[in-house]
Amino acid sequence: MKKTLAILLVLCMVFALAACGQKAAESSAAPKIRIGMVTDVGGVNDKSFNQTSWEGLQALAAEDSSFEVNYLESKTDADYQTNINTFIDEGYDLVICVGYMLADATRQAAQANPNQKFAIIDDDTNADLPNVACLMFAQEQASYLVGLVAGFTTETKTVGYVQGMVSPSMNKFGVGFISGVLAACPDATVLQYNANNFGDSAGGSTAAKDMITKGADVIYHAAGGTGMGVIEACAEEGIWAIGVDTDQSNLSPDHVLTSAMKRVDSASQDISKSVKNGTFSAGVHLYDLTNNGVGLAPTTTHLSQDILDKVAAAVEDIMSGKVVVPTTAEEVPQFTLAD
Amino acid sequence: MKEKKGVFSYIADHRFLQILISIFMGFLVGAVFLIIMGLSVGEAYGRLLTSITSLKGFSYVIVYSISYIVVGLSVAFSFKTGVFNIGAEGQFVVGSMAAACVGILCGNLPGIVLIPLCFLAAMAAGAIWGSIVGFLKTRWGINEVLSMIMFNWIAFYLSNFIAGIPAIHSDGSAESTKNIAASARTLLPQGFIDRLNIAPTANWGILVAVAATVLVWFIIEKTTLGYELKAVGSNKNAAEYGGIGVNRSILTSLAISGALAGLGGALQLMGMGGRISVFTSQEGFGFAGIVVALIGCSNPFGVLVAGLFYGALIYGGSKLNLVGVPTQLINVIVGTVVFFISISILFERLNFTAVRHKTRKEQNIMQQEEIDKANEKGGGKQ
Repeated sequence: MKKTLAILLVLCMVFALAACGQKAAESSAAPKIRIGMVTDVGGVNDKSFNQTSWEGLQALAAEDSSFEVNYLESKTDADYQTNINTFIDEGYDLVICVGYMLADATRQAAQANPNQKFAIIDDDTNADLPNVACLMFAQEQASYLVGLVAGFTTETKTVGYVQGMVSPSMNKFGVGFISGVLAACPDATVLQYNANNFGDSAGGSTAAKDMITKGADVIYHAAGGTGMGVIEACAEEGIWAIGVDTDQSNLSPDHVLTSAMKRVDSASQDISKSVKNGTFSAGVHLYDLTNNGVGLAPTTTHLSQDILDKVAAAVEDIMSGKVVVPTTAEEVPQFTLAD
Repeated sequence: MKEKKGVFSYIADHRFLQILISIFMGFLVGAVFLIIMGLSVGEAYGRLLTSITSLKGFSYVIVYSISYIVVGLSVAFSFKTGVFNIGAEGQFVVGSMAAACVGILCGNLPGIVLIPLCFLAAMAAGAIWGSIVGFLKTRWGINEVLSMIMFNWIAFYLSNFIAGIPAIHSDGSAESTKNIAASARTLLPQGFIDRLNIAPTANWGILVAVAATVLVWFIIEKTTLGYELKAVGSNKNAAEYGGIGVNRSILTSLAISGALAGLGGALQLMGMGGRISVFTSQEGFGFAGIVVALIGCSNPFGVLVAGLFYGALIYGGSKLNLVGVPTQLINVIVGTVVFFISISILFERLNFTAVRHKTRKEQNIMQQEEIDKANEKGGGKQ
C-alpha cells in the first residue's frame, strides 16, 4: 500500500511539474477583440443555435486572429446572470447571449453596465436599450421554404410537424411550415404535436412514430433535442425528416430531406465584426431571405432540380413582397397547436 | 504485511480521511484527463482556485452553495433514517414552484410576511411530495426509490404546467414564470452589494442554510424523534421490536426530508433565480444533494462544508472555459469523488462480511489472536 501511495505522490509531482512547464506559452502583443458567448441551458453541443453560433465564432477567430472567442455554458436558468457577469468582469468587448431565455438576464446586465456591448439572439424585447443588438431571424420564411419542399415531396399528402413549445416565437415555425405545405399541396393534412419539451428525444420519437402510423411521410421538427428523436424515428421507419436551425443532414444523411436554416453563425460573426470596425449598433438586426439570414440547408442531395427551382421562385416572390409569409397563429387556421 | 494493514485500517477508521483521499483522487483523475487532452493542469486548477478566492468569487460560491447545502441536508437526513431520498429533485422543484406561486400571487404583501410565507409554502409542498412517496411505501410497500424517480418527473411536468398558467406565466417572451415580487427576494441591499462589489445575487439565504444545518443536527442528535428515526435507519426490525412505529418513522423522515428539499428550492428561487423557467431538462439540484450528502458523510456539519465545496466546484468550474478547459472536467472530478466514496463504503461492507464469514467458518483453525484483530477491524466502523 505504501508503495502505491508513493507512486501516487510521485505522479502528483510530475503533474505539477508538467503544469508549470506549459504555463508561460501564451501572451500576445496586440489587444484582441474579445467576444464572449453565453449559451442557454441547451449547452454548446446542442446541435442547434448554441452550437451554430459557437461554430461561427470559432470560424471567425480562425480566419481573423485579432478575435478571441470564448463561451460559458449555462446549466440552469439562474446561471445566465452569473455567466454574463463573468464576461463583463473579464472585460470582454461583446457578450453574445444565445436565445430569448436570456432576455431578462441580458436586460439586467445591460442596464447595470451601460458601457458594455451585448448581442442577443432571437429576442427583441431588449431593442430599446442603447447597448444591446437584437439578432432576429425570420424563422417563418425558412419554415415556409421547407414547408414547400415537404408539400412537393409528400406522396401520402400527409406531413407531420413537431414543435418544442407553444409561444408566439415558436409558433412562427409552425405557421410558416403549414403555409408552405399548403401552398405546395393545398389538400395536404398537417399532423401537429407540441412536445412541450426541447430535451425529450424519446417523446419526439413516439410522436413521430404516431404520425407515421397515421400516414405521414415527411416530418418537420422545431424542437431542439426532442427533434433528435423525430429524426431517429423517421430514419428507422424510412421516411423523410426535415431538420431545423442548422443543416442537420449529418444526423441521418439518408433521411434528412433538408433543414430550415437560421444563419446564427453569420449573425454572430457580423455583430462581432461590427464591434471590431466600430460600427456596432443597438436595436433589432433582422436576418431574413434578403440578407441570406435564413434559407434551405446547403445539403440538397435529396432535392430534385424541379423542387429547387420552385423554392427559388418562392424565394423571389417573398423577397419581392408578392408572397407574405404569415407569422401569427391567427392567420393560419390550420395551425392547431396555439389553442 | 503489518504495515499495509496499518495504513488500511487507519484509513478505514477515519471517514474524514477517506473523503479527503476521494477528493484528492477526483482531482488526480481530472488531471489525467487534462493531460490526455493536452491541456495545462496548472492553468485549469489555478483558474479554478483564483475564481473562488476573490471576494466576489467567494460570494458567488456562497450563493451557489445555499441550495446545495439545504438539499444535501435533505438527503443526509433521509440517509440517517434509512431511506434513500432520490426524490429530492422533485421535492426541490415543487418547493420552488410553490414559493414562486406565493411570491407572484401575493406579491403585494410586505417582505416580512411574504418571505416566511414563501418558505412555508415551499416546505409544505416538499413535505407533501415526500409524504406521498412515504405513504405509498408504508401502505402498499411500493419501493420508494422507484416511486421517487417517477415523482421527480411528475414534479417536472407539474412545474412546467403551472409555469404555463396565464396568471403565473411571464408576460414577456421568456418561457418561464413571472419574476417573483421584489419583496419576496432574499437579496442583500443593492447599495451593500455595490459597495463591496460582490455577486449581484448575494443573499442572506446562507443564514437559513446554516440554521437548517443546526436544526437538523439538533433533531437527529438531541431529540426522541431523531433517536427513533436513527433506530429505524440502523435496524428496522430491532426498532420495531423496541416499540418504535417503523411506518410512522419513515413517513416522518420523508416529510422532513421533503420539507428541506422544498426549502432548498425556495432559497434558490428567492436568492438566485427570481423565476422558474419552463424546464427542458432536470436541473439536477436533487442529485447534487445526493453528492453533497455523500461527501459530507451525512453529517449535518459535514454537509455544510461539502455544500460549500460543491458550490465552489460548480462556480469555479463554470469559468474553466475561459482558459479553454471543458467544464465537463468538473463532472469527471465529482464523479470520481463519488465513485471513491462509494467504493470505500463498499469495501467496509465487504470487509465486514468477510470478517464475519471467516470467524464463523474457520474459527477452529484460525488463531485466537487473528480473530481478535479481525473483529477489531470489523467492529471499528459503522
